Amino acid sequence: MSTPFANNMIALQTIVRREVMRIVRIWSQTLIPPAITATLYFIIFGTVIGSHLHKVHGFAYMTYIVPGLVMMSVINNSYGNITSSFFGAKFQRFVEEMLVSPMPSWVILSGYIIGAMARGLTLGVIVMLISLLFTNLHIEHPLITITTAMLTSMVFALAGFVNAVFARKFDDIAIIPNFVLTPLIYLGGVFYSIDQLGEPWHTISLANPILYMVNAFRYGMLGVSDIQIGVAYAVMVFFAVALSGFGLFLLHRGIGMRS
Amino acid sequence: MTDTPALEITDLRKTYGNGTQALKGVSLTVQQGDFFALLGPNGAGKSTLIGILSSLVNASGGSARIFGVDIHAQRSQAMHLIGLVPQEINFNQFEKPFDICVNVAGFYGIPRAEAVRRAEKYLRELRLWDKAFHASRMLSGGMKRRLMIARAMMNEPKLLILDEPTAGVDIEIRRSMWQFVTGINAAGTTVILTTHYLEEAEQLCRNIAIIDHGRIVENTGMKRLLAKLDVETFVLDTSPLPHKLPKVEGIALCRRDDNTLEAEMARGHDLNSLFAMLGENGITVTSMRNKANRLEELFVRLVEKNDDGQEKAA
Repeated sequence: MSTPFANNMIALQTIVRREVMRIVRIWSQTLIPPAITATLYFIIFGTVIGSHLHKVHGFAYMTYIVPGLVMMSVINNSYGNITSSFFGAKFQRFVEEMLVSPMPSWVILSGYIIGAMARGLTLGVIVMLISLLFTNLHIEHPLITITTAMLTSMVFALAGFVNAVFARKFDDIAIIPNFVLTPLIYLGGVFYSIDQLGEPWHTISLANPILYMVNAFRYGMLGVSDIQIGVAYAVMVFFAVALSGFGLFLLHRGIGMRS
Repeated sequence: MTDTPALEITDLRKTYGNGTQALKGVSLTVQQGDFFALLGPNGAGKSTLIGILSSLVNASGGSARIFGVDIHAQRSQAMHLIGLVPQEINFNQFEKPFDICVNVAGFYGIPRAEAVRRAEKYLRELRLWDKAFHASRMLSGGMKRRLMIARAMMNEPKLLILDEPTAGVDIEIRRSMWQFVTGINAAGTTVILTTHYLEEAEQLCRNIAIIDHGRIVENTGMKRLLAKLDVETFVLDTSPLPHKLPKVEGIALCRRDDNTLEAEMARGHDLNSLFAMLGENGITVTSMRNKANRLEELFVRLVEKNDDGQEKAA
């Protein structure tokens, strides 16, 4: 006789498989556009504009922005995958298939998070491979690089899940990425070092959680960072734990899903 | 455990955020193996009740046990026992029927090999196997409803709840659906049905509850309920009717058209006097049937009676 844990593992695999199959099924929407966008960033900001700029922290501008562009892709795709997938499940009401099943909330949340991370991290690897066409890369701290990418992907998958839970129409899953996420990414040190900013902008930038993620990842790849690596990990772990708890609370109470 | 009811609801209440009291203390018992009809007008509380049982709606009070398992305290165990066919289409329209069924089985912890076997079995039984690998959005309305039944069978539930499964489905498909459902009921699955086709409930169900304004207004055996009907109406196909209809004591005659007559009379009333009078007036009866349907008449009476009570209470 199967145990509840074994049942939950089968359920988790089922959600993850379904999510991955969705990403593959609509590859022209999920994989290709982000890769094209990243390539354009490399050409415009790295090659055309970057060739006229000074080195940053001892690195050519093209090389300096690679970690930021990889993280931008990880963040956008982790977030975008779960908002469209989970909101789609709500919109078509097939989220009810999961809600009426014996699956506990943590299985549903984990399944969607792993699915979103699969897309976010796949795009991260794709963008990193594209960057090799424009610059040479040597990863200084592989473990920090990998864990930062995974934690960041997880945090934004969780944030996207919360967005999808509260969304009532398609506009609601576009507002946060357009008006919150994109500005935070652009102001999060993707294209510059905050050491180049004067006050109060330097201090204000420290309130942006994406700054810590981008810099931790940059430290992993290039060995340079505007932020202490321990502080960056603390910020990422804090958001991962807080958003996991909130996501589980929302699922358990059925907010936005149950009447 | 054979005496444990399939479903035992006690004082179940639901008040929505806007103050609407959808359920005002519903108590109900459905025995194992029953084919049970839950009827009520739109907005009576049927879907809320089903929503609570399937954990899509949070109850405001009361309790419900499925085969003795409390749906709140032991939700996971209780959900293993239920299969739900909802009123609205609620599967991923971009997936194939086969994948929909296999995935749902996975949600219940059923290993993939077994899930694949069950998906083929139930899609074949519901005559959907030839569409198993087509996009589900391309299925007809009747096929989509049958797919939801196949999906609900993936965990082979002990209690199957069907919420208006035949709405908008043509007669042939409806019959094939009932053939399937009566088959699984005969095999031991308890079935709860809500429907607006009252003749369906009359033919299929052994016991019945009528819910109105969030309260159970009748809960009894189907035969016992139908026996309460003290008036019967017959429809007679006749030769051309005269302008003025004859009068028969104790029978109210009503012309439906030039060749159709309706005769309403007390239950058990002698029909010979009717035929004698029609014969005397040169009217030949070519066929006769009971007006469909008896349950509908009772349903309307019970609901109207309850509506009057509500108005007086208000």
